[in-house]
Parts: sequence; structure tokens; C-alpha cells
Amino acid sequence: MTPSAEKMYPSRLAIKKDASRASLYDRVRYYLPTILIFVAVLVGAEVFVRGLGITKFILPAPSAILQAFVETFGQLLNRGMYTGSEALGGFALGCTLGILVALATARWTAARETLLPLAIAANSVPIIAFAPIMNNWFGVTNQFSKMAIVAIITFFPMMINMTRGLTLVEPSALELMRSYAVSEWTVLREVRIPNSLPYMFNAFKICSTLALIGAVVGEFFGGTRDALGVYITQEAALSRFENSWAAIIVACVMGIAFYLLIVAVERLVIPWHASVRKTEE
Amino acid sequence: MSVVSITSVNKTFKSGANQTFALQDINLQIEQGEFVSLIGPSGCGKSTLLRIIGDLIAPTSGTVLVNGKPAPQARVNREYGIVFQAPVLFDWRSVEKNVQLPLEIMGASPQERAERAHAMLSLVELDGFQKHYPYQLSGGMQQRVSIARALSFNPPLLLMDEPFGALDEITREHLNAELLNIWRRTQTTIVFVTHSIPEAVFLSTRVVVMSARPGRITQIIPIDLPQPRNFDTRELPRYYELITRVREGLRGSESLQSNEE
Repeated sequence: MTPSAEKMYPSRLAIKKDASRASLYDRVRYYLPTILIFVAVLVGAEVFVRGLGITKFILPAPSAILQAFVETFGQLLNRGMYTGSEALGGFALGCTLGILVALATARWTAARETLLPLAIAANSVPIIAFAPIMNNWFGVTNQFSKMAIVAIITFFPMMINMTRGLTLVEPSALELMRSYAVSEWTVLREVRIPNSLPYMFNAFKICSTLALIGAVVGEFFGGTRDALGVYITQEAALSRFENSWAAIIVACVMGIAFYLLIVAVERLVIPWHASVRKTEE
Repeated sequence: MSVVSITSVNKTFKSGANQTFALQDINLQIEQGEFVSLIGPSGCGKSTLLRIIGDLIAPTSGTVLVNGKPAPQARVNREYGIVFQAPVLFDWRSVEKNVQLPLEIMGASPQERAERAHAMLSLVELDGFQKHYPYQLSGGMQQRVSIARALSFNPPLLLMDEPFGALDEITREHLNAELLNIWRRTQTTIVFVTHSIPEAVFLSTRVVVMSARPGRITQIIPIDLPQPRNFDTRELPRYYELITRVREGLRGSESLQSNEE
């Protein structure tokens, strides 16, 4: 999603009042429907599974998943850290490279016009299909093989978004800078980079989700038993589906936590942007 | 020495095989302390002429001198401030930081920057808004910040490209009066592009009437309304006479154009 799309569809809470100043009552009231639906789905699943006597090979009851989660929590935590570190490492690598290439292409129009269509094409490819190749290149038990796939998956959205942020600058802002007779470098520092920050945070959000998908799915193609993805497939193969489900919950929680962390940093770094800023009352 | 001296300026834009004569044989002298408006139908090249004076674009032929120097040299010397139709404020900078931008670029000390920004924001009647961000201001206030920024480094020439074109009539009249105050106090020479006849007459010492396709100057009308001008100026019979003269000048430039076609 582009920043302009966020401008068009701000969250209800952002319109109503600044979230950080909203009272506890307002917050509870805002999130209550979401929480209720979540609980209703869980209860519904429990009733559905028990009522129809569905075997746990097909769908374990939420209570069974919870039990498995509690019993295996220690190992789940370790496996989550293992896979999370792959996601984080790959994310850092892919995003850094994406930002650097975007900075280079923003400076040289020729490079941008050559690389951007390629990047957009590459971004539409199911890059996860390269996971077995990465396992082959870097070793199936080497964590770097998963970081590599995550790095490739996150590189393209970051590069594309960042390039747009650096180049989609108001023409009159460039005229203003020209009137001051400044160097291209000053234009980059004063206009292009600040302008790109909302695009960069959007890419971070997209990439945070992609990073976890990349790491877990990469592990489906092989790895050590310390990995969440390997654990999910092996437990499923042994028909211990409640364990697989418990591991999936860990992956979900990590994904959401990663996303929220980025949103929090975004609020600190670009408080002036439309998607974040506090509405005057 | 004229502040702006334009001699035989032509500008053609080429797109493929087509050539557009944006400006043809423009000659204009603007003296120190003048307030000159460029007015004409859209496509008459008034904004193009303003950009040529500021060396944001180059003329196809002819010479432009600003304070006796070629326009590119004057730009490098930072001898003019510019205000666009959009305020072009940077969202990530507070109001005072936006006003300080040119001073930062020119290497002024933090103390000098703060003092100048403070003085300029008082000049445009925005005291107390230093720490606000652009999105917290109305369109008219944003444009005043833009004017404060253009004046912050005390340029001898101010170029304004339809600065109040996007504002409502009430705000526009208020800012017109405010701009005249600023002009009197700073004694800056102003070149002002507009498509509003009353605005041009109220503000200017001279109105330059232009025609479209090709863009050329058809008339230069001196505005002899008494200074200082204020809200009463708009009640004077002479004000309406001059509005009629400019309007007829614009109509004349239209018929001139239709004769040619």
C-alpha cells in the first residue's frame, strides 16, 4: 500500500483522536468488536470440532492446541528465536541492499530506468520457489540459506518503494532547491530522503510479513529440527497436528509483533506524515 | 541599473515535430522598488517568463540581466526569493525550520537563523506558530510561511507565481493587503504573476498585459493609484477605471490573436 492509499483510508481511531492520548475506555471500545469476533471464532471452532466429533488429524480443538502450546512452550520459544533470527537477519540484509540500490538509482536516472522494470518484474515472481536452490548453495542446515531467501524476498519491495519515495518529489520543491543553487547531494539530503521515509516504512511493513513467511517456508524445504518450519512439517508428518498448530501460533505472534514494532518506530521517526500524525482537536 | 532587464527574449518548446512559441520578442525593464504584475490568458507564457527571470529555465534566445548580471549568475548568487502557487513547504520541518531552510543552505549561524525566522514570521503575522507543522496550518497561513521563507535571506528581488491563486477571495484580499505592507517595509522589487485583474491593479505599480500563442507583451499599463494602498483603494473610481483598462487590454490581446489565426 502506498502512503497516499493510507491517506485515503486512515484508521477509525486515527480520525477520532490521537491513539496515544485516547482513554482506556475508548481503546477498549474500539478494539472490543475485534476481540469479540476472535473469541467467537475460537469458541465456534471448539463447539464445531467437539460437536461433530472431528478427529484431531483434521482439526484439533482450540483447547488441544492451547494445551500443546503450554506443554511445548520452552522448545517453541527456542525454535521461534531460531527462525526469528533468520527472518531478522534476512530482513536487515535485504532492506539494507534495497535502500542502497534505490539511493544509487535515484541519483542516476539511467540506472533507474534500467533497473526498476526488472525489479518490478522480479517482485511478481514467486521468489520462495528459489528456496531449494538457496538450501543447495549455502547448505540446508546453514541458517544463512534461509536468510538469503528472506533477503531476496525483501529486497525488491524495499527497492521499488524507496525508489518511488526518492523520485516522486513535488516538481516545485525541486525548482525551489534550484533557486537556491544547491548541489544534487543537498537535494538528496533535504528533499528526496525525507520524502522517501513514509515509503520506506511502508516497505518495512510489507517486508516484515514477507520475512517471516520466507524464513518459515524456506525451512519447509529442509533444515535442522531447531527451526520452526521444520518442526511444523515434521510434527504434521507424525500426525501431531496440535503441535504444528502451536508452532504456527508462534509464527503468527512473531509476525504481528514485528509489524507492530515497525509501526511504533514509524510513529517516532515520521510524526509529521499523514498516516501517523496527530489530529488537532 | 534595472533590477530586471529583459531584451529580445524568445522561448520555444519542442515536442517531437511540433514547436510552440511560448514567448516571442519580450522586452521589459523593471526598476528598483517596483511591483510589476504579469497578467494574461493561460498559455501566454507569464509563468515561463517568471521562470526565465529566475533561471529555472533558459530562454531560447535573448538576454536576461538581474541586477546587471546574467540570470544564471544571479541565481547562483541567490539574488531572488521565489513563491509558487503551492506553498511547497516541507512536511518534515516545523514552520520556523521551513523559514530557516535557505539560511541553513547559505550557512547562517543558528542564532542568526532563529532571529531571522522570528522576524520574518512576525512580518507575515504568524507569531506563535514557530513550532507548528505545515499540516496544522490553513492554506493561507501556509502561503504566508512560504513568503516568509522567500524573504528570510533578504533577497533584492521577489518572484511570485500566482501565489494566492489557490486561496479563497476573502483570504486573497487579506493577503494582498499584507503583501503590500511587506513590500513597503522591505522595499523589495516584486514580479508577480496572476490571472486576477483586480489583484494585479490593486498591488502593482505597473501591469504587463500578455497575449497567448505566441506569448508576447501587448501593453504595459502604469497603475497610478495613490500609495499606501488599503481597503479604501478598492472604493476609488480610478481603481475601476484601471480595471477596465486592463480588461480591455486583455480583450485587445485576444482579438489580436484571433486576427492572426
